[in-house]
Amino acid sequence: MSALGGRIARHALALLATVLLGGLLAAALVRLAPGFDTDEQELDPLLNSASIQSLRQARAEQSNIFRYYFSSLQRAAHGDLGTSISLGQPVSTLLRQRAPLTLRLVGLGLLLSWAFAMGFALCAAWLRISAFDALTTLISGTFLCLPAAVLALFAVLWRIPEALAIALIVFPRVYRYAHNLLDKAYGQAYIVTARAKGLSELRILFCHTIPVAAPQLLAVAGISVSIAVGAAIPVEAICGLAGVGQLAWQAALARDLPLLTNITMLVTAVTLLANSGADVIGHMLRGQEA
Amino acid sequence: MKPWRANIWRWLAAAVLLAIVSLSLAANWLAPAGYAKQYREAADAPPSHQHWLGTDEIGRDRFARVLYGTRISLLLAPAAALISTLMAALIGGLAGYLGGAWQRAAMAVTDLFLSLPWLFLLITVRAVMPLNVSPLFSVTVTFLLLGLLGWTSAARVLCASASSLRNSDFVRQARASGIRGVRLFWIHVLPNLKPVLFAQFWISVPAFILAEANLGILGLGVAEPMPSWGSLLKELEGLMSVGEEPWKFVPLVLLVMVVTSFQLLLSKQDEVAA
Repeated sequence: MSALGGRIARHALALLATVLLGGLLAAALVRLAPGFDTDEQELDPLLNSASIQSLRQARAEQSNIFRYYFSSLQRAAHGDLGTSISLGQPVSTLLRQRAPLTLRLVGLGLLLSWAFAMGFALCAAWLRISAFDALTTLISGTFLCLPAAVLALFAVLWRIPEALAIALIVFPRVYRYAHNLLDKAYGQAYIVTARAKGLSELRILFCHTIPVAAPQLLAVAGISVSIAVGAAIPVEAICGLAGVGQLAWQAALARDLPLLTNITMLVTAVTLLANSGADVIGHMLRGQEA
Repeated sequence: MKPWRANIWRWLAAAVLLAIVSLSLAANWLAPAGYAKQYREAADAPPSHQHWLGTDEIGRDRFARVLYGTRISLLLAPAAALISTLMAALIGGLAGYLGGAWQRAAMAVTDLFLSLPWLFLLITVRAVMPLNVSPLFSVTVTFLLLGLLGWTSAARVLCASASSLRNSDFVRQARASGIRGVRLFWIHVLPNLKPVLFAQFWISVPAFILAEANLGILGLGVAEPMPSWGSLLKELEGLMSVGEEPWKFVPLVLLVMVVTSFQLLLSKQDEVAA
């Protein structure tokens, strides 16, 4: 239990440090970008010198990246994530409005992709027919060769549900690993023994193959969250869905420092949480086996 | 299975790649008018004898643009892969060789980059670069960025390989005979990392081709009028149905053929990289 506690504490510390570093990286990138100090609003002929001065002052507060980052972290600790420069709305409101859609999209996409990948991988491992193996490899290979943005375009063109587009982006990556892991587990000597003892194929699959591959499959689950979150950006941007992915794209294009910093921290936290969760559960499973 | 039958897909993939690369290199002879020449009287024209793949909405020959775009994507993706592999060798290889705090620091930086989805990182960094730039500059920035940001997973693999080499007998023996520092790394460690380096290089090429296509479709890739697979695929946004103008899918077909060929050729390299 103490080893597990230590593992969780290590993951929590690493997560916190990486999220903070990720936010600093995003803030530094935007701050150092060419043209950061210029503001198109200053060209507005309706603004008087006082307004222009206040705009410049607001910009000057962001000029020292460390000071800006530290003060924004202090505000974030009190629940204030700042205001989006390009959209003029509080970042927390924007994230609250858009997060449910992205969560639903990514969650459903992940569910579908895992259902496809595990379905195909289990069938391939169970049936052991080379033609079926070749067919599933061909299908996953085809999707692997398509850019995520093209699949999003097809989703618009064929009116496919956007979650399915995300599923098709994630599916080949998961399938490749799941197929290899199950194949390897099926090749073990104790499986031959189990079969020789007359155990049914279903029992071999569910009691002796999947549990062995489970820790590695969990690690793939963690990675698949990162892939799905990344896929949400082109899918939401191209399909015109008002989610966090589209917000990230808009923030990047508008060089919206507060928005981009917070989204980077959020995305980093989500992917790290998924990976750490998978690692901790995998550790628990291995502990149970031992 | 007989060796020739096992390798037939690989030979086929190599032939397809060779054919596509040769076609793109022959762009100057096959489409001497160039990719930017406008035929204003034939804007958005369907395929014909003069324009084999028709023209785009401002009258540029699509066949010429596909050839030149293929050349740009196929020549610059390996260049970006070379940069990323060298960076991975330098950061991951050295970190694994030095070990201790160096290895921990390098892996912490790698973890930071790996914790962000690749496309999100690319979009963020590409967007903070100037967007309104010359086409040549945009090509350089796009592929340089792919190279500079794509080293992380390769660095992790190389770090692990170098770390295992650090404690191997022949390195200990070399150390005992007085060889140290850069010389030891350069002469004894790096040559043994070559198979992993080659594998990582070839794995990066199709990944970068796909990344450039994604960036291009999102409007963050190579700037007009210079073509690339990404900017050519952006044309698909305007389609109402797949059967409407099938010739617009030629860049996508080429991209899929190239990436598939790489996947087939790399099926053995994957084992080395892992």
